[in-house]
Amino acid sequence: MAIDTVSMEDIIASASRLGINLNDVNLDSISLPSAQDFGIKSDDEDLNEEDSLEFEGGFGNIIVVDNLPVVPREKFEKLEGVVRKIYSQIGVIKDDGLWMPVDPATQKTLGYCFIEYNTPQEGELAKEKTNGYKLDRAHIFAVNMFDEIEKFMKVPDEWAPPETKPYTPGENLQHWLTDEKARDQFVIRAGSDTEVLWNDARQLKADPVYKRNFWTESYVQWSPLGTYLATVHRQGAAVWGGASTFNRLMRYAHPQVKLIDFSPGEKYLVTYSSHEPSNPRDTHKVVLNIFDVRTGKIMRDFKGSADDFAIGGSGGFAGVSWPVFRWGGGKDDKYFARMGKNVISVYETETFTLIDKKSIKVENVMDFSWSPTDPIFALFVPELGGGNQPARVSLIQIPGKEELRQKNLFSVSDCKMYWQSNGDYLAVKVDRYTKTKKSTYTGFELFRIKERDIPIEVLELENKNDKIIAFAWEPKGHRFAVIHGDNPRPDISFYSMRSGTNTGRVSKLTTLKGKQANALFWSPGGRFIILAGLKGLNGQLEFYNVDDLETMATAEHFMATDIEWDPTGRYVATAVTSVHEMENGFNIWSFHGKLLYRIMKDHFFQFLWRPRPPSFLSPEKEEEIAKNLKKYSKKYEAEDQDVSLLLSEQEREKRKKLKEEWEMWVSQWKKWHDEEKMERQKLRDGEASDEEEEYEAKEVEVEELLEVTEEVLSSDYGQE
Amino acid sequence: MRPILMKGHERPLTFLKYNRDGDLLFSCAKDHTPTVWFADNGERLGTYRGHNGAVWCCDVSRDSKRLITASADQTAKLWDVQKGAELFTFKFDSPAKSVDLGVGDKLVVITTDPFMGLPSAIHVKRISGDPSEQSDESVLTIKGPQGRINRAVWGPLNRTIISAGEDAVVRIWDSETGKLLLESDKETGHKKTITSLAKSSDGSHFLTGSLDKSAKLWDIRSLELIKTYKTERPVNAVTLSPVLDHVVLGGGQDASSVTTTDHRAGKFEAKFYHKILEEEIGGVKGHFGPINALAFNPDGKSFSSGGEDGYVRLHHFDQDYFNIRI
Repeated sequence: MAIDTVSMEDIIASASRLGINLNDVNLDSISLPSAQDFGIKSDDEDLNEEDSLEFEGGFGNIIVVDNLPVVPREKFEKLEGVVRKIYSQIGVIKDDGLWMPVDPATQKTLGYCFIEYNTPQEGELAKEKTNGYKLDRAHIFAVNMFDEIEKFMKVPDEWAPPETKPYTPGENLQHWLTDEKARDQFVIRAGSDTEVLWNDARQLKADPVYKRNFWTESYVQWSPLGTYLATVHRQGAAVWGGASTFNRLMRYAHPQVKLIDFSPGEKYLVTYSSHEPSNPRDTHKVVLNIFDVRTGKIMRDFKGSADDFAIGGSGGFAGVSWPVFRWGGGKDDKYFARMGKNVISVYETETFTLIDKKSIKVENVMDFSWSPTDPIFALFVPELGGGNQPARVSLIQIPGKEELRQKNLFSVSDCKMYWQSNGDYLAVKVDRYTKTKKSTYTGFELFRIKERDIPIEVLELENKNDKIIAFAWEPKGHRFAVIHGDNPRPDISFYSMRSGTNTGRVSKLTTLKGKQANALFWSPGGRFIILAGLKGLNGQLEFYNVDDLETMATAEHFMATDIEWDPTGRYVATAVTSVHEMENGFNIWSFHGKLLYRIMKDHFFQFLWRPRPPSFLSPEKEEEIAKNLKKYSKKYEAEDQDVSLLLSEQEREKRKKLKEEWEMWVSQWKKWHDEEKMERQKLRDGEASDEEEEYEAKEVEVEELLEVTEEVLSSDYGQE
Repeated sequence: MRPILMKGHERPLTFLKYNRDGDLLFSCAKDHTPTVWFADNGERLGTYRGHNGAVWCCDVSRDSKRLITASADQTAKLWDVQKGAELFTFKFDSPAKSVDLGVGDKLVVITTDPFMGLPSAIHVKRISGDPSEQSDESVLTIKGPQGRINRAVWGPLNRTIISAGEDAVVRIWDSETGKLLLESDKETGHKKTITSLAKSSDGSHFLTGSLDKSAKLWDIRSLELIKTYKTERPVNAVTLSPVLDHVVLGGGQDASSVTTTDHRAGKFEAKFYHKILEEEIGGVKGHFGPINALAFNPDGKSFSSGGEDGYVRLHHFDQDYFNIRI
């Protein structure tokens, strides 16, 4: 902040010019006129900027209601009564807060009035609710914020055609995919820095791409296909991307945005904020906006109290469960839905309205979950009427809203739904009460979505009383893993949806006994899985190959809190985030559990791989490549070897240089040391100073008398 | 390598010092009695009784006859090494933090902490050959740096004094005039409190350890930064091998925030780094509290570490250690 400060000498000079004795002036008694800063900016300027709307003195709480009837004096009070009635329903109008100006010439009203509320929120709400209100056919209210009138006044009366800007071709936003070494990127957040790096696993290091201080005010997020990096700020969200560096591509204004979420095809961005109510007894007000990512246009906004968006109906928790809107229909971003009390509201993105203009009524719905690929969702309704009405899981297809399949379940305490990534299977974990209702046991209902009539299979674990600690589908595959049993050494079982001969039967592959694990992380390519013991288990890692049913490696990343596979399934990152004080940083491992490199960062918050869009290769082509892998891999093996040769060469070079540098220091020191020898000797009163010279091996014989004891030996000789 | 555990202190160790011959090891701790041990087998030889506060630092004369100790009881004491008798007491108005004898053992630099409104200070005193003629007079007093000065040592030929402390800056002062000659760069220098400072055996360079989780190697004359050793824990103690190109860093999570879940969380290992390549070579585990003090035997064949846990661990290297090839 550049401030023209007046120096003390200038003050003294001007004081003497004016004949004022500065010593007589009590400086504390001078008070500046309010709203005058004399060119000196106040230190707490930034305090004022924040929430400027909250001030009572502003005009944010005043609205202008236009298109009122023009009435003569006699009817003035009646009209005022009507307006007051309408607007006092919405909020508390201040005393003298309603002012309807009168034309002095005609003594008639001018057809508009001003209303002042206590808070800007009420003003906003009034504008929202009554803009377009039909008083009668001729008088449709036009309501605006007083603050905005000025803006409207600036609109020129003459329409001027907007300048057409010449077309500038955009950058290739997918440039990172064309990396010659086929590396992947990731973003990390540590301290105030946010940094994007290449994972250069061949060189065993991370290669920086872009770094920025205070890039985001809370967190960052990649879009699901990796095109954009989204940052969150007080004023709204922003997305970044580009060919070589990260430029800001678009901003999405949403004051005090807290959470963001992309649609799976990254066409839309949902932003969420929650605002303190003016009255502490009210619930928080939430605002949700859905933006078009590319144009930045708001497609739809939702406002309401937090209660309206709290999901689950059970209540008990403040705030909402994120994401409020769940996207369905795969990467086409066609539908999104949210759950309300007894309803599921499904919207479609062509018009951003409810399908068939109404929500789907489902009494007491507890949870729902979209298939990752198809416009189908599964929902769960708990038991009602003390068990008279069974709990049920239904599959509903959109847009027709037909129920594809339904399953009634008895004595259920809770259900959880897990979709396989291709939408082929749905697993429903069902916790049931035992007969005594004192404890629960768990089973699975497995739906085969892609088969005719959607057959359901029930799977129970061998030991029914085992607690389920984790469940995970193999991505794109037909297998799943379950951690079950009692901490701290539960068992892990692998199942396949196919058995040897019959593709329609689930079969168990193996059970690993007594593993220190509480979380499962499948490779995005399937086949490999990490059995991890996070949190209480200090970061035990087991890299397991499910095809061959063998452990490839066991390792430990002490205190690890997060594990993330890179999008290709070649590397894994394990991180210790700042939930712990020590050890913050991340490790990069190969898929088979070899530690490649580790980077320590204090105050480490986030590690995110940049996602990749799905491959363009057809499944047949992929299979062909897998078949001829040897041929393809030859080229890369040669490259790998070159790199490792180069690496050792570089390393040798580096070491040689360092050694030479060091030798230089040492020789210089030796020179100094020799030069100072005489002086040192003088300081020591002539005693030779250099160690070697005065080291003289002298053999000294020391005889030390430790103890002298006298003992009287009795001799019994000769006494017979 | 099987360490010798020396349990003689009741409170956390603060400093360790070998005499020049490498046969005696002096240890200081927060209990009030500095102790001397046989450096070979860890046998306790004796203690120096007289201080009434934590003893922060000590130094021993070249001929191993005199010991000087700095204590939180606002004194520095001169001792007869052999008899354990107190010869003289330098009194200050604030706790004494570090001592270092100059070449020739006729000068000593003592630092005192900021205390009751007094700023921290570096005092230079003359040591007379005959203890009965010893005076309390300061030859020079330097004030200026903010916060504690954790360590001050003599530069070559007693011409300069090198100080480092809580303000994270290494300074070189003229020992005649008390003028500030050089100051480490804020950018490349330490970011947090410098906890320890150790000179190389020939006094040509020195190593500083800091709570910013790094140690740095500097030229003692030009204060040029030569090397930086990055680690994962705050560094409380540093030492340099007199024979090999190795440096040792000790430290660990602050004692007040040590977790109780796992001893590994604290990182209480003494870490060996290659002095030139700045690469970690290995570690020596054992302490169950942060390491506060480290010292290399002048023959380079053993080193000792002192911890917050009150133990001194004396390690004699195996032959393998000398065969490490990088």
